[in-house]
Amino acid sequence: MAILSSGARRRLALVPFLLPALLLFVGLVLLPILLAGYTSLFKWNGFGGLPTQFVGLDNFVRLLDDEVFLGDLKRGLVLVLLSVLVQLPVALGLALLLNQKLRFRGLYRLIFFAPYVLSEVITGVLFTMVLSPRSGLVNEILGAFGVAGQTWLSDPDSSLLTLFFVVSWKYFGFHMILLLAGRQDIPPDLDEAGLMDGASNWQIFRYITLPLLGPTIRISVFLSIIGAIQLFDMVWVLTGGGPIHSSETLAVTMFQYGFRRYEVGYASAISVTMFLISLVFALAYQRFVLRRDLEGSVTTAGAMR
Amino acid sequence: MSRRERSAFQALPLHAICVVVGLSIVVPVLFGVLGGFKDNGQLATHPFGLPSPWITENYTEILGSSGFWQPLGSSVLIALVTTVLVVLASAMAAFVFARYAFRGRELLFTLFTIGLMFPFAVAILPLYILLRHLGLLDNPLGVILPQAAFGLPVTITILRGFFRTIPPDVEEAALLDGCTPLSFFWRILLPMARPALATVSVLAVVASWNNFLLPLVVFNDPAWWTLPLGVTQFQGQYAADVARILAYVVLAMVPALALYAVAERQLVGGLTSGATKG
Repeated sequence: MAILSSGARRRLALVPFLLPALLLFVGLVLLPILLAGYTSLFKWNGFGGLPTQFVGLDNFVRLLDDEVFLGDLKRGLVLVLLSVLVQLPVALGLALLLNQKLRFRGLYRLIFFAPYVLSEVITGVLFTMVLSPRSGLVNEILGAFGVAGQTWLSDPDSSLLTLFFVVSWKYFGFHMILLLAGRQDIPPDLDEAGLMDGASNWQIFRYITLPLLGPTIRISVFLSIIGAIQLFDMVWVLTGGGPIHSSETLAVTMFQYGFRRYEVGYASAISVTMFLISLVFALAYQRFVLRRDLEGSVTTAGAMR
Repeated sequence: MSRRERSAFQALPLHAICVVVGLSIVVPVLFGVLGGFKDNGQLATHPFGLPSPWITENYTEILGSSGFWQPLGSSVLIALVTTVLVVLASAMAAFVFARYAFRGRELLFTLFTIGLMFPFAVAILPLYILLRHLGLLDNPLGVILPQAAFGLPVTITILRGFFRTIPPDVEEAALLDGCTPLSFFWRILLPMARPALATVSVLAVVASWNNFLLPLVVFNDPAWWTLPLGVTQFQGQYAADVARILAYVVLAMVPALALYAVAERQLVGGLTSGATKG
Protein backbone atom coordinates (compact mmCIF):
# COMPACT_ATOMS: atom_id res chain seq x y z
CA MET A 1 0.00 0.00 0.00
CA ALA A 2 3.03 2.22 -0.33
CA ILE A 3 1.59 3.81 -3.46
CA LEU A 4 -1.07 5.64 -1.48
CA SER A 5 -0.11 8.67 0.55
CA SER A 6 -1.06 8.53 4.21
CA GLY A 7 -3.73 11.15 3.56
CA ALA A 8 -5.33 9.09 0.83
CA ARG A 9 -5.21 5.99 3.01
CA ARG A 10 -6.89 7.90 5.83
CA ARG A 11 -9.60 9.05 3.47
CA LEU A 12 -10.16 5.51 2.25
CA ALA A 13 -10.69 4.46 5.83
CA LEU A 14 -13.69 6.81 5.91
CA VAL A 15 -15.46 5.17 2.99
CA PRO A 16 -17.00 2.37 5.09
CA PHE A 17 -18.57 5.03 7.33
CA LEU A 18 -20.38 6.67 4.43
CA LEU A 19 -21.25 3.53 2.54
CA PRO A 20 -24.39 2.29 4.34
CA ALA A 21 -26.07 5.69 4.26
CA LEU A 22 -25.05 6.27 0.66
CA LEU A 23 -26.29 2.87 -0.52
CA LEU A 24 -29.65 3.27 1.21
CA PHE A 25 -30.11 6.81 -0.01
CA VAL A 26 -29.08 6.26 -3.61
CA GLY A 27 -30.88 2.93 -3.93
CA LEU A 28 -34.14 3.75 -2.22
CA VAL A 29 -34.55 7.54 -2.52
CA LEU A 30 -32.76 8.74 -5.64
CA LEU A 31 -33.16 5.64 -7.81
CA PRO A 32 -36.96 5.47 -7.39
CA ILE A 33 -37.26 9.11 -8.40
CA LEU A 34 -35.20 8.44 -11.54
CA LEU A 35 -37.22 5.30 -12.20
CA ALA A 36 -40.44 7.35 -12.03
CA GLY A 37 -38.95 9.71 -14.61
CA TYR A 38 -38.27 6.77 -16.91
CA THR A 39 -41.60 4.97 -16.57
CA SER A 40 -43.51 8.25 -16.98
CA LEU A 41 -42.50 8.14 -20.67
CA PHE A 42 -44.30 4.85 -21.30
CA LYS A 43 -47.79 3.49 -21.46
CA TRP A 44 -47.46 0.66 -18.98
CA ASN A 45 -49.72 -1.43 -16.77
CA GLY A 46 -46.86 -2.11 -14.37
CA PHE A 47 -46.55 -5.83 -15.04
CA GLY A 48 -43.69 -7.78 -16.54
CA GLY A 49 -40.14 -6.50 -16.76
CA LEU A 50 -39.46 -2.99 -17.95
CA PRO A 51 -42.06 -1.06 -19.95
CA THR A 52 -41.79 -1.19 -23.75
CA GLN A 53 -44.50 1.02 -25.18
CA PHE A 54 -42.72 4.37 -25.42
CA VAL A 55 -45.08 7.33 -25.69
CA GLY A 56 -42.76 10.28 -25.09
CA LEU A 57 -44.42 13.08 -23.18
CA ASP A 58 -47.97 11.93 -23.92
CA ASN A 59 -48.67 11.20 -20.27
CA PHE A 60 -47.75 14.75 -19.35
CA VAL A 61 -49.82 16.19 -22.17
CA ARG A 62 -52.74 14.12 -20.93
CA LEU A 63 -52.29 15.62 -17.46
CA LEU A 64 -53.00 19.08 -18.83
CA ASP A 65 -56.46 17.92 -19.88
CA ASP A 66 -57.19 15.86 -16.79
CA GLU A 67 -59.79 17.69 -14.76
CA VAL A 68 -59.07 15.68 -11.65
CA PHE A 69 -55.37 16.52 -11.85
CA LEU A 70 -56.06 20.21 -12.46
CA GLY A 71 -58.57 20.09 -9.63
CA ASP A 72 -55.88 18.58 -7.38
CA LEU A 73 -53.67 21.56 -8.07
CA LYS A 74 -56.49 23.93 -7.23
CA ARG A 75 -57.42 22.05 -4.06
CA GLY A 76 -53.77 21.91 -3.04
CA LEU A 77 -53.60 25.66 -3.40
CA VAL A 78 -56.76 26.07 -1.32
CA LEU A 79 -55.28 23.87 1.43
CA VAL A 80 -52.03 25.87 1.41
CA LEU A 81 -53.89 29.19 1.57
CA LEU A 82 -56.06 27.94 4.41
CA SER A 83 -52.96 26.74 6.29
CA VAL A 84 -51.24 30.07 5.90
CA LEU A 85 -54.28 32.27 6.55
CA VAL A 86 -56.00 30.24 9.26
CA GLN A 87 -53.77 27.62 10.81
CA LEU A 88 -50.60 29.71 10.98
CA PRO A 89 -52.14 32.74 12.73
CA VAL A 90 -53.84 30.44 15.25
CA ALA A 91 -50.56 28.61 15.88
CA LEU A 92 -48.71 31.91 16.19
CA GLY A 93 -51.30 33.34 18.57
CA LEU A 94 -51.14 30.28 20.80
CA ALA A 95 -47.33 30.24 20.70
CA LEU A 96 -47.21 33.85 21.89
CA LEU A 97 -49.86 33.07 24.48
CA LEU A 98 -47.88 30.15 25.85
CA ASN A 99 -44.80 32.34 25.95
CA GLN A 100 -46.50 34.44 28.66
CA LYS A 101 -46.02 33.63 32.30
CA LEU A 102 -49.23 31.71 32.63
CA ARG A 103 -50.19 29.03 35.14
CA PHE A 104 -50.62 25.58 33.59
CA ARG A 105 -48.89 26.65 30.41
CA GLY A 106 -46.82 23.45 30.45
CA LEU A 107 -50.02 21.44 30.59
CA TYR A 108 -51.63 23.48 27.80
CA ARG A 109 -48.58 22.97 25.61
CA LEU A 110 -48.57 19.24 26.31
CA ILE A 111 -52.23 18.95 25.26
CA PHE A 112 -52.01 21.19 22.17
CA PHE A 113 -49.08 19.23 20.79
CA ALA A 114 -50.42 15.76 21.63
CA PRO A 115 -52.42 15.20 18.38
CA TYR A 116 -49.14 15.40 16.46
CA VAL A 117 -48.06 11.98 17.76
CA LEU A 118 -51.30 10.32 16.68
CA SER A 119 -51.01 8.94 13.17
CA GLU A 120 -53.07 10.50 10.40
CA VAL A 121 -54.87 7.20 10.05
CA ILE A 122 -55.95 7.03 13.68
CA THR A 123 -56.92 10.71 13.64
CA GLY A 124 -58.83 10.15 10.42
CA VAL A 125 -60.76 7.14 11.66
CA LEU A 126 -61.59 8.89 14.94
CA PHE A 127 -62.90 11.93 13.06
CA THR A 128 -64.94 9.79 10.69
CA MET A 129 -66.89 8.89 13.82
CA VAL A 130 -66.79 12.35 15.37
CA LEU A 131 -68.17 13.89 12.17
CA SER A 132 -70.57 11.10 11.38
CA PRO A 133 -73.99 12.51 10.43
CA ARG A 134 -75.63 9.88 12.64
CA SER A 135 -74.43 9.58 16.23
CA GLY A 136 -71.51 11.92 15.53
CA LEU A 137 -70.17 14.23 18.19
CA VAL A 138 -70.07 17.45 16.19
CA ASN A 139 -73.68 17.33 15.04
CA GLU A 140 -74.76 16.46 18.55
CA ILE A 141 -73.00 19.52 19.95
CA LEU A 142 -74.39 21.74 17.18
CA GLY A 143 -77.83 20.31 17.87
CA ALA A 144 -77.56 21.45 21.48
CA PHE A 145 -77.21 25.00 20.14
CA GLY A 146 -80.12 24.50 17.77
CA VAL A 147 -77.98 24.25 14.64
CA ALA A 148 -79.01 21.67 12.08
CA GLY A 149 -76.61 18.77 11.53
CA GLN A 150 -74.35 18.69 8.48
CA THR A 151 -73.04 15.82 6.41
CA TRP A 152 -69.49 17.26 6.57
CA LEU A 153 -67.42 14.67 4.70
CA SER A 154 -70.04 13.35 2.31
CA ASP A 155 -71.01 16.74 0.91
CA PRO A 156 -68.85 17.94 -2.01
CA ASP A 157 -69.28 21.52 -0.84
CA SER A 158 -67.88 20.95 2.63
CA SER A 159 -65.53 17.96 2.28
CA LEU A 160 -62.36 19.92 1.51
CA LEU A 161 -62.94 22.41 4.30
CA THR A 162 -63.72 19.61 6.73
CA LEU A 163 -60.56 17.82 5.64
CA PHE A 164 -58.60 20.99 6.31
CA PHE A 165 -59.97 21.25 9.84
CA VAL A 166 -59.05 17.67 10.68
CA VAL A 167 -55.55 18.14 9.23
CA SER A 168 -55.19 21.31 11.28
CA TRP A 169 -56.43 19.54 14.40
CA LYS A 170 -53.44 17.24 14.07
CA TYR A 171 -50.79 19.72 12.91
CA PHE A 172 -51.46 23.14 14.47
CA GLY A 173 -49.61 22.04 17.64
CA PHE A 174 -46.53 21.22 15.59
CA HIS A 175 -46.45 24.70 14.06
CA MET A 176 -47.15 26.20 17.46
CA ILE A 177 -44.16 24.35 18.94
CA LEU A 178 -41.88 25.60 16.14
CA LEU A 179 -43.05 29.17 16.62
CA LEU A 180 -42.79 28.92 20.39
CA ALA A 181 -39.17 27.76 20.08
CA GLY A 182 -38.53 30.64 17.69
CA ARG A 183 -40.12 33.09 20.11
CA GLN A 184 -38.04 31.81 23.00
CA ASP A 185 -34.88 32.41 20.98
CA ILE A 186 -35.61 36.13 20.89
CA PRO A 187 -33.61 37.71 23.72
CA PRO A 188 -35.93 39.20 26.38
CA ASP A 189 -33.73 42.33 26.46
CA LEU A 190 -35.31 43.41 23.19
CA ASP A 191 -38.84 43.42 24.65
CA GLU A 192 -37.56 45.29 27.68
CA ALA A 193 -35.79 47.85 25.54
CA GLY A 194 -39.04 48.33 23.63
CA LEU A 195 -40.99 48.78 26.85
CA MET A 196 -38.44 51.31 28.13
CA ASP A 197 -38.89 53.31 24.96
CA GLY A 198 -42.62 53.37 25.61
CA ALA A 199 -43.69 50.94 22.90
CA SER A 200 -47.17 49.46 23.26
CA ASN A 201 -47.68 45.70 23.30
CA TRP A 202 -48.89 45.87 19.72
CA GLN A 203 -45.82 47.84 18.65
CA ILE A 204 -43.52 45.35 20.35
CA PHE A 205 -45.28 42.53 18.53
CA ARG A 206 -45.31 44.32 15.19
CA TYR A 207 -41.80 45.75 15.18
CA ILE A 208 -39.80 43.35 17.34
CA THR A 209 -41.42 39.93 17.68
CA LEU A 210 -42.84 39.49 14.20
CA PRO A 211 -39.70 40.45 12.22
CA LEU A 212 -37.51 38.28 14.43
CA LEU A 213 -39.92 35.38 14.07
CA GLY A 214 -39.73 35.77 10.29
CA PRO A 215 -37.37 32.84 9.70
CA THR A 216 -39.50 30.48 11.80
CA ILE A 217 -42.70 31.62 10.12
CA ARG A 218 -41.18 31.03 6.69
CA ILE A 219 -40.11 27.53 7.66
CA SER A 220 -43.56 26.81 9.04
CA VAL A 221 -45.10 27.98 5.74
CA PHE A 222 -42.61 25.87 3.80
CA LEU A 223 -43.52 22.74 5.79
CA SER A 224 -47.26 23.42 5.32
CA ILE A 225 -46.80 23.58 1.58
CA ILE A 226 -44.69 20.43 1.33
CA GLY A 227 -47.25 18.74 3.58
CA ALA A 228 -50.14 19.80 1.34
CA ILE A 229 -48.39 18.44 -1.77
CA GLN A 230 -48.02 14.97 -0.33
CA LEU A 231 -51.18 14.77 1.78
CA PHE A 232 -52.46 11.22 1.46
CA ASP A 233 -53.23 9.20 4.61
CA MET A 234 -55.80 11.56 6.08
CA VAL A 235 -57.63 11.97 2.76
CA TRP A 236 -57.58 8.26 2.10
CA VAL A 237 -59.15 7.46 5.45
CA LEU A 238 -61.62 10.35 5.70
CA THR A 239 -63.05 10.57 2.19
CA GLY A 240 -60.92 8.54 -0.22
CA GLY A 241 -60.79 11.79 -2.20
CA GLY A 242 -64.54 12.00 -2.70
CA PRO A 243 -67.29 12.68 -3.05
CA ILE A 244 -66.80 13.27 -6.78
CA HIS A 245 -63.13 14.18 -6.27
CA SER A 246 -64.06 17.16 -4.08
CA SER A 247 -61.33 16.42 -1.55
CA GLU A 248 -58.83 14.59 -3.75
CA THR A 249 -55.12 15.46 -3.64
CA LEU A 250 -52.24 14.79 -6.05
CA ALA A 251 -51.03 11.86 -3.99
CA VAL A 252 -54.50 10.26 -3.98
CA THR A 253 -54.90 10.66 -7.74
CA MET A 254 -51.46 9.14 -8.26
CA PHE A 255 -52.36 6.24 -5.99
CA GLN A 256 -55.65 5.63 -7.78
CA TYR A 257 -53.99 5.43 -11.19
CA GLY A 258 -50.90 3.55 -10.05
CA PHE A 259 -52.33 0.99 -7.63
CA ARG A 260 -56.00 0.71 -8.55
CA ARG A 261 -56.25 1.23 -12.30
CA TYR A 262 -52.80 -0.08 -13.22
CA GLU A 263 -51.97 2.91 -15.38
CA VAL A 264 -48.46 2.99 -14.00
CA GLY A 265 -46.98 5.17 -16.74
CA TYR A 266 -49.60 7.84 -16.21
CA ALA A 267 -49.33 7.59 -12.42
CA SER A 268 -45.55 7.99 -12.76
CA ALA A 269 -46.13 11.19 -14.68
CA ILE A 270 -48.15 12.45 -11.70
CA SER A 271 -45.31 11.41 -9.35
CA VAL A 272 -42.79 13.24 -11.50
CA THR A 273 -45.02 16.30 -11.52
CA MET A 274 -45.27 16.22 -7.72
CA PHE A 275 -41.51 15.90 -7.59
CA LEU A 276 -40.97 18.82 -9.94
CA ILE A 277 -43.45 21.00 -8.07
CA SER A 278 -41.64 20.26 -4.79
CA LEU A 279 -38.24 20.79 -6.37
CA VAL A 280 -39.02 24.05 -8.14
CA PHE A 281 -40.90 25.31 -5.15
CA ALA A 282 -38.16 24.33 -2.67
CA LEU A 283 -35.40 25.87 -4.77
CA ALA A 284 -37.36 29.05 -5.42
CA TYR A 285 -38.31 29.31 -1.77
CA GLN A 286 -34.72 28.86 -0.67
CA ARG A 287 -33.49 31.28 -3.28
CA PHE A 288 -35.98 34.07 -2.68
CA VAL A 289 -37.55 33.61 0.72
CA LEU A 290 -35.18 31.73 2.99
CA ARG A 291 -32.02 33.28 1.55
CA ARG A 292 -31.87 36.10 4.04
CA ASP A 293 -32.28 33.64 6.89
CA LEU A 294 -29.47 31.40 5.75
CA GLU A 295 -27.00 34.18 5.10
CA GLY A 296 -24.31 34.07 7.70
CA SER A 297 -25.62 30.89 9.28
CA VAL A 298 -24.42 28.58 6.54
CA THR A 299 -20.71 28.73 6.13
CA THR A 300 -18.38 27.12 3.68
CA ALA A 301 -15.44 28.01 5.89
CA GLY A 302 -15.84 24.71 7.72
CA ALA A 303 -15.36 22.78 4.51
CA MET A 304 -11.58 22.71 4.68
CA ARG A 305 -10.35 22.35 8.17
CA MET B 1 -57.67 44.25 44.30
CA SER B 2 -54.06 43.46 44.99
CA ARG B 3 -51.61 43.53 42.15
CA ARG B 4 -51.41 39.80 42.19
CA GLU B 5 -55.14 39.32 42.04
CA ARG B 6 -55.38 41.81 39.23
CA SER B 7 -52.81 40.01 37.13
CA ALA B 8 -54.58 36.70 37.79
CA PHE B 9 -57.79 38.40 36.67
CA GLN B 10 -56.15 39.68 33.50
CA ALA B 11 -54.93 36.19 32.71
CA LEU B 12 -58.51 34.92 32.72
CA PRO B 13 -59.24 35.50 29.00
CA LEU B 14 -55.96 33.78 28.15
CA HIS B 15 -56.96 30.76 30.21
CA ALA B 16 -60.36 30.80 28.55
CA ILE B 17 -58.73 30.59 25.11
CA CYS B 18 -56.45 27.77 26.23
CA VAL B 19 -59.32 25.83 27.77
CA VAL B 20 -61.42 26.11 24.61
CA VAL B 21 -58.55 24.94 22.40
CA GLY B 22 -57.69 22.22 24.89
CA LEU B 23 -61.29 20.99 24.92
CA SER B 24 -61.35 20.82 21.14
CA ILE B 25 -58.51 18.33 21.42
CA VAL B 26 -59.57 16.40 24.49
CA VAL B 27 -63.29 16.09 23.72
CA PRO B 28 -62.95 14.11 20.43
CA VAL B 29 -60.55 11.71 22.15
CA LEU B 30 -62.85 11.43 25.16
CA PHE B 31 -65.75 10.78 22.78
CA GLY B 32 -63.72 7.85 21.48
CA VAL B 33 -62.83 6.52 24.93
CA LEU B 34 -66.42 6.74 26.24
CA GLY B 35 -67.88 5.58 22.92
CA GLY B 36 -65.87 2.39 23.27
CA PHE B 37 -67.76 1.69 26.52
CA LYS B 38 -71.16 2.06 24.87
CA ASP B 39 -73.14 -0.11 22.53
CA ASN B 40 -74.37 1.23 19.22
CA GLY B 41 -77.85 1.88 20.58
CA GLN B 42 -76.40 4.17 23.26
CA LEU B 43 -74.15 5.85 20.71
CA ALA B 44 -77.13 6.67 18.52
CA THR B 45 -79.31 8.04 21.32
CA HIS B 46 -76.69 9.87 23.38
CA PRO B 47 -73.33 10.05 21.57
CA PHE B 48 -72.10 12.45 24.20
CA GLY B 49 -72.36 11.77 27.90
CA LEU B 50 -71.46 8.86 30.09
CA PRO B 51 -72.28 5.32 29.04
CA SER B 52 -75.09 3.66 30.96
CA PRO B 53 -74.54 0.88 31.50
CA TRP B 54 -70.79 0.72 30.95
CA ILE B 55 -70.06 -2.00 28.45
CA THR B 56 -66.56 -3.42 28.46
CA GLU B 57 -66.92 -6.09 25.78
CA ASN B 58 -65.68 -3.86 22.97
CA TYR B 59 -62.36 -3.36 24.69
CA THR B 60 -61.97 -6.81 26.20
CA GLU B 61 -62.82 -8.62 22.97
CA ILE B 62 -60.27 -6.59 21.02
CA LEU B 63 -57.64 -7.15 23.68
CA GLY B 64 -58.42 -10.87 23.58
CA SER B 65 -57.98 -11.16 19.82
CA SER B 66 -54.91 -11.33 17.63
CA GLY B 67 -56.43 -8.61 15.44
CA PHE B 68 -54.93 -6.10 17.80
CA TRP B 69 -51.77 -7.73 19.15
CA GLN B 70 -50.44 -8.94 15.82
CA PRO B 71 -50.34 -5.44 14.19
CA LEU B 72 -49.03 -4.01 17.44
CA GLY B 73 -46.13 -6.47 17.44
CA SER B 74 -45.48 -5.85 13.78
CA SER B 75 -45.45 -2.08 14.32
CA VAL B 76 -43.05 -2.43 17.26
CA LEU B 77 -40.65 -4.70 15.38
CA ILE B 78 -40.60 -2.53 12.26
CA ALA B 79 -40.18 0.69 14.25
CA LEU B 80 -37.30 -0.72 16.30
CA VAL B 81 -35.34 -2.18 13.40
CA THR B 82 -35.90 0.93 11.28
CA THR B 83 -34.67 3.13 14.10
CA VAL B 84 -31.52 1.13 14.81
CA LEU B 85 -30.69 1.05 11.12
CA VAL B 86 -31.30 4.72 10.35
CA VAL B 87 -29.58 5.99 13.48
CA LEU B 88 -26.51 3.82 12.99
CA ALA B 89 -26.09 4.58 9.28
CA SER B 90 -26.74 8.28 9.89
CA ALA B 91 -24.36 8.51 12.83
CA MET B 92 -21.56 6.99 10.76
CA ALA B 93 -22.18 9.37 7.87
CA ALA B 94 -22.68 12.38 10.15
CA PHE B 95 -19.37 11.54 11.86
CA VAL B 96 -17.54 11.88 8.54
CA PHE B 97 -19.49 14.98 7.51
CA ALA B 98 -18.87 16.69 10.82
CA ARG B 99 -15.23 15.88 11.43
CA TYR B 100 -13.36 15.21 8.20
CA ALA B 101 -12.50 17.49 5.32
CA PHE B 102 -12.40 16.09 1.81
CA ARG B 103 -13.24 17.29 -1.64
CA GLY B 104 -16.93 16.98 -2.48
CA ARG B 105 -18.00 16.79 1.14
CA GLU B 106 -20.43 19.69 1.03
CA LEU B 107 -21.84 18.46 -2.27
CA LEU B 108 -22.45 15.03 -0.82
CA PHE B 109 -24.01 16.50 2.29
CA THR B 110 -26.26 18.73 0.18
CA LEU B 111 -27.38 15.65 -1.72
CA PHE B 112 -28.63 14.18 1.54
CA THR B 113 -30.29 17.40 2.69
CA ILE B 114 -32.17 17.61 -0.62
CA GLY B 115 -33.99 14.54 0.64
CA LEU B 116 -35.49 16.72 3.40
CA MET B 117 -37.62 18.44 0.81
CA PHE B 118 -39.09 15.46 -0.99
CA PRO B 119 -42.42 14.09 -0.07
CA PHE B 120 -42.43 10.35 0.48
CA ALA B 121 -45.53 10.05 -1.69
CA VAL B 122 -43.50 11.08 -4.73
CA ALA B 123 -41.42 7.92 -4.59
CA ILE B 124 -44.02 5.39 -3.49
CA LEU B 125 -44.94 4.06 -6.93
CA PRO B 126 -41.41 3.49 -8.29
CA LEU B 127 -40.41 2.25 -4.85
CA TYR B 128 -43.15 -0.36 -5.08
CA ILE B 129 -41.94 -1.46 -8.51
CA LEU B 130 -38.38 -1.65 -7.21
CA LEU B 131 -39.34 -3.65 -4.12
CA ARG B 132 -41.32 -6.05 -6.27
CA HIS B 133 -38.24 -6.61 -8.44
CA LEU B 134 -36.17 -7.23 -5.33
CA GLY B 135 -38.76 -9.67 -3.98
CA LEU B 136 -39.29 -7.55 -0.87
CA LEU B 137 -43.08 -7.36 -0.99
CA ASP B 138 -44.75 -8.96 2.04
CA ASN B 139 -41.36 -8.78 3.70
CA PRO B 140 -40.75 -6.46 6.67
CA LEU B 141 -37.49 -5.33 5.05
CA GLY B 142 -39.59 -3.88 2.23
CA VAL B 143 -40.89 -1.34 4.74
CA ILE B 144 -37.85 -1.07 7.00
CA LEU B 145 -35.22 -0.28 4.37
CA PRO B 146 -37.11 2.51 2.55
CA GLN B 147 -38.17 4.02 5.89
CA ALA B 148 -34.55 4.06 6.98
CA ALA B 149 -33.50 5.59 3.66
CA PHE B 150 -36.08 8.37 3.89
CA GLY B 151 -35.14 8.99 7.52
CA LEU B 152 -31.48 9.63 6.67
CA PRO B 153 -31.64 13.35 5.75
CA VAL B 154 -33.14 14.63 8.97
CA THR B 155 -31.13 12.23 11.16
CA ILE B 156 -27.82 13.07 9.50
CA THR B 157 -28.53 16.80 9.70
CA ILE B 158 -29.29 16.74 13.42
CA LEU B 159 -26.41 14.41 14.32
CA ARG B 160 -23.88 16.34 12.23
CA GLY B 161 -24.88 19.50 14.07
CA PHE B 162 -24.34 17.76 17.38
CA PHE B 163 -21.05 16.07 16.46
CA ARG B 164 -19.66 19.44 15.45
CA THR B 165 -20.12 20.76 18.96
CA ILE B 166 -17.71 18.18 20.39
CA PRO B 167 -14.34 19.96 20.62
CA PRO B 168 -11.56 18.69 18.34
CA ASP B 169 -9.29 18.34 21.41
CA VAL B 170 -11.27 15.30 22.49
CA GLU B 171 -10.59 13.60 19.20
CA GLU B 172 -6.93 14.61 19.10
CA ALA B 173 -6.36 13.27 22.58
CA ALA B 174 -8.03 10.00 21.64
CA LEU B 175 -5.99 9.67 18.44
CA LEU B 176 -2.79 10.37 20.37
CA ASP B 177 -3.73 7.55 22.70
CA GLY B 178 -3.85 5.27 19.69
CA CYS B 179 -7.58 5.31 18.97
CA THR B 180 -8.51 4.50 15.38
CA PRO B 181 -11.34 6.54 13.83
CA LEU B 182 -13.59 3.54 14.36
CA SER B 183 -12.83 3.15 18.05
CA PHE B 184 -13.11 6.91 18.57
CA PHE B 185 -16.52 6.85 16.89
CA TRP B 186 -17.76 3.81 18.77
CA ARG B 187 -16.26 4.27 22.22
CA ILE B 188 -16.14 8.03 22.62
CA LEU B 189 -18.32 9.91 20.15
CA LEU B 190 -21.49 7.78 20.37
CA PRO B 191 -21.56 7.67 24.18
CA MET B 192 -21.04 11.44 24.28
CA ALA B 193 -23.87 11.91 21.78
CA ARG B 194 -26.46 10.01 23.81
CA PRO B 195 -28.92 12.93 24.11
CA ALA B 196 -28.81 13.59 20.36
CA LEU B 197 -29.16 9.88 19.63
CA ALA B 198 -32.22 9.75 21.88
CA THR B 199 -33.74 12.68 20.01
CA VAL B 200 -33.28 11.23 16.53
CA SER B 201 -34.40 7.80 17.72
CA VAL B 202 -37.70 9.21 18.97
CA LEU B 203 -38.23 10.98 15.65
CA ALA B 204 -37.52 7.75 13.76
CA VAL B 205 -39.84 5.67 15.95
CA VAL B 206 -42.71 8.15 15.54
CA ALA B 207 -42.22 8.35 11.76
CA SER B 208 -42.17 4.58 11.41
CA TRP B 209 -45.09 4.10 13.80
CA ASN B 210 -47.31 6.49 11.85
CA ASN B 211 -46.32 5.38 8.36
CA PHE B 212 -49.30 4.18 6.37
CA LEU B 213 -48.66 4.48 2.65
CA LEU B 214 -45.61 2.20 2.50
CA PRO B 215 -46.99 -0.71 4.55
CA LEU B 216 -50.26 -0.29 2.65
CA VAL B 217 -48.61 -1.12 -0.68
CA VAL B 218 -45.94 -3.55 0.58
CA PHE B 219 -48.03 -5.80 2.84
CA ASN B 220 -50.73 -7.80 1.16
CA ASP B 221 -50.37 -10.51 3.74
CA PRO B 222 -52.20 -9.59 7.00
CA ALA B 223 -49.43 -11.34 8.96
CA TRP B 224 -47.27 -8.22 8.67
CA TRP B 225 -49.91 -5.51 8.89
CA THR B 226 -48.95 -2.61 11.13
CA LEU B 227 -51.35 -0.75 13.44
CA PRO B 228 -52.48 1.90 10.93
CA LEU B 229 -53.35 -0.90 8.51
CA GLY B 230 -55.03 -2.82 11.32
CA VAL B 231 -57.17 0.22 12.13
CA THR B 232 -58.38 0.74 8.56
CA GLN B 233 -58.95 -3.00 8.11
CA PHE B 234 -60.95 -3.12 11.35
CA GLN B 235 -62.97 -0.10 10.26
CA GLY B 236 -63.80 -1.81 6.99
CA GLN B 237 -64.70 -5.08 8.66
CA TYR B 238 -66.99 -3.67 11.36
CA ALA B 239 -68.31 -0.74 9.32
CA ALA B 240 -71.63 -0.51 11.16
CA ASP B 241 -70.25 -1.27 14.61
CA VAL B 242 -69.10 2.23 15.50
CA ALA B 243 -68.59 1.53 19.20
CA ARG B 244 -66.23 -1.34 18.45
CA ILE B 245 -64.22 0.75 15.98
CA LEU B 246 -63.91 3.53 18.55
CA ALA B 247 -62.58 1.03 21.08
CA TYR B 248 -59.98 -0.18 18.59
CA VAL B 249 -58.93 3.37 17.69
CA VAL B 250 -58.55 4.26 21.36
CA LEU B 251 -56.44 1.18 22.06
CA ALA B 252 -54.31 1.95 19.00
CA MET B 253 -53.68 5.45 20.38
CA VAL B 254 -52.32 4.22 23.68
CA PRO B 255 -48.75 3.29 22.60
CA ALA B 256 -48.22 6.59 20.76
CA LEU B 257 -49.52 8.64 23.68
CA ALA B 258 -47.42 6.60 26.11
CA LEU B 259 -44.31 7.33 24.06
CA TYR B 260 -45.31 10.99 23.99
CA ALA B 261 -45.61 11.01 27.76
CA VAL B 262 -42.09 9.72 28.29
CA ALA B 263 -40.29 11.30 25.34
CA GLU B 264 -42.05 14.62 24.78
CA ARG B 265 -38.85 16.57 25.37
CA GLN B 266 -36.83 14.61 22.80
CA LEU B 267 -39.64 14.82 20.28
CA VAL B 268 -40.02 18.59 20.60
CA GLY B 269 -36.25 19.12 20.63
CA GLY B 270 -35.79 16.96 17.55
CA LEU B 271 -38.61 18.55 15.59
CA THR B 272 -37.55 22.09 16.28
CA SER B 273 -33.88 21.50 15.54
CA GLY B 274 -34.67 19.32 12.53
CA ALA B 275 -36.96 21.96 11.06
CA THR B 276 -34.81 24.99 11.68
CA LYS B 277 -31.37 23.57 10.95
CA GLY B 278 -32.45 21.46 8.01
